[in-house]
Amino acid sequence: METIPYEHGLILAAILFVCGLFGVLTRRNIVFVLMSLEIMLNACGLAFVVASARWEHAEGQIMFLMILTLAAAEVAVGLGLIIQMYRRYHTVDISVLNEMKG
Amino acid sequence: MMMLFYSAAAIAVIATLAVISSANVVHALVYLIISLLSVAVIFFVLGAPFAAMLEAIVYAGAIMVLFLFVMMMLNLGQATEDEERAWMKPTLWIGPGLLTAILFIQLACVLLTQELALAPVEVGVLDISLLLFGPWLLAVELASMLLLAGLIAAYHLAKR
Repeated sequence: METIPYEHGLILAAILFVCGLFGVLTRRNIVFVLMSLEIMLNACGLAFVVASARWEHAEGQIMFLMILTLAAAEVAVGLGLIIQMYRRYHTVDISVLNEMKG
Repeated sequence: MMMLFYSAAAIAVIATLAVISSANVVHALVYLIISLLSVAVIFFVLGAPFAAMLEAIVYAGAIMVLFLFVMMMLNLGQATEDEERAWMKPTLWIGPGLLTAILFIQLACVLLTQELALAPVEVGVLDISLLLFGPWLLAVELASMLLLAGLIAAYHLAKR
C-alpha cells in the first residue's frame, strides 16, 4: 500500500488555516468572519487527525472531538451575537461596532 | 489512496478559497460545506472513520444548517452583496494577503524539513471510546459543561 507523506497532510492543514486567517483579516461582514474562524478551527482539527494517524494513536481524534465541541459552542454564541447585532444596527458590517466604551 | 487524498485536498483548498472570496453569504456557506466534506474524505483516507463521520454529521450537517437558519432569519438581500463587492478592493486585502502568504511559507518550510511517511492504519471507534471514557472522562464532562454554557448563552443573546 502506497503511503501518503505525513507533511503533506500538515501542509494542507496549514493552507486551510492560512486561508481562514486571511478571511478573518480581510472581510468586514461578520458572517464571513465567523465562517473563516470555522475554517481555522477545522484546519486545527485536521492537523490533530493527521498527527493521530502518524503515531497510530487515538488521542488526536479525541482532541478533534474536543475541537468539534468547541466549534459548536462558539458558533451558537457567535450566531446569537450576530442576530442581536443585526437587530440593533440593521447591518452585518463589523465597523459599526466601534462605540464600545467599557 | 494517494489520488483520493490529493484530489480531496485540492477540492478542499479550492472550496475554501471560494468561501473567503465570495460576496454572497449563502454561496460561501455551500462552498464551506463542500470544503468540510472533502476534509471528511481526507479523514477516511487517513484511517479515521469516526472523525470523518463526525465531520460530515456535526460540522457539515448541524453547524452549517445553524448558519443557514440564521442567514434565513437575517434575510440579507442584494444590497449586502453589492456592499460586500465594494469592500473587496485590492488595497484592502493585499496587506493581509502578503502577511498570511509569508506565514504559510514559514509553516511549509518547517513542515517540509521533516521526512515522515504516513501508512494509514485505521484507528476506529473502539480505540477512541476506550480512551474517551477512560482517561479522558474529565474532558468529556468539561465539554458537556461547555455545550451547556453555549446553549444558555445563545438562548440569552438571541432573545429579544
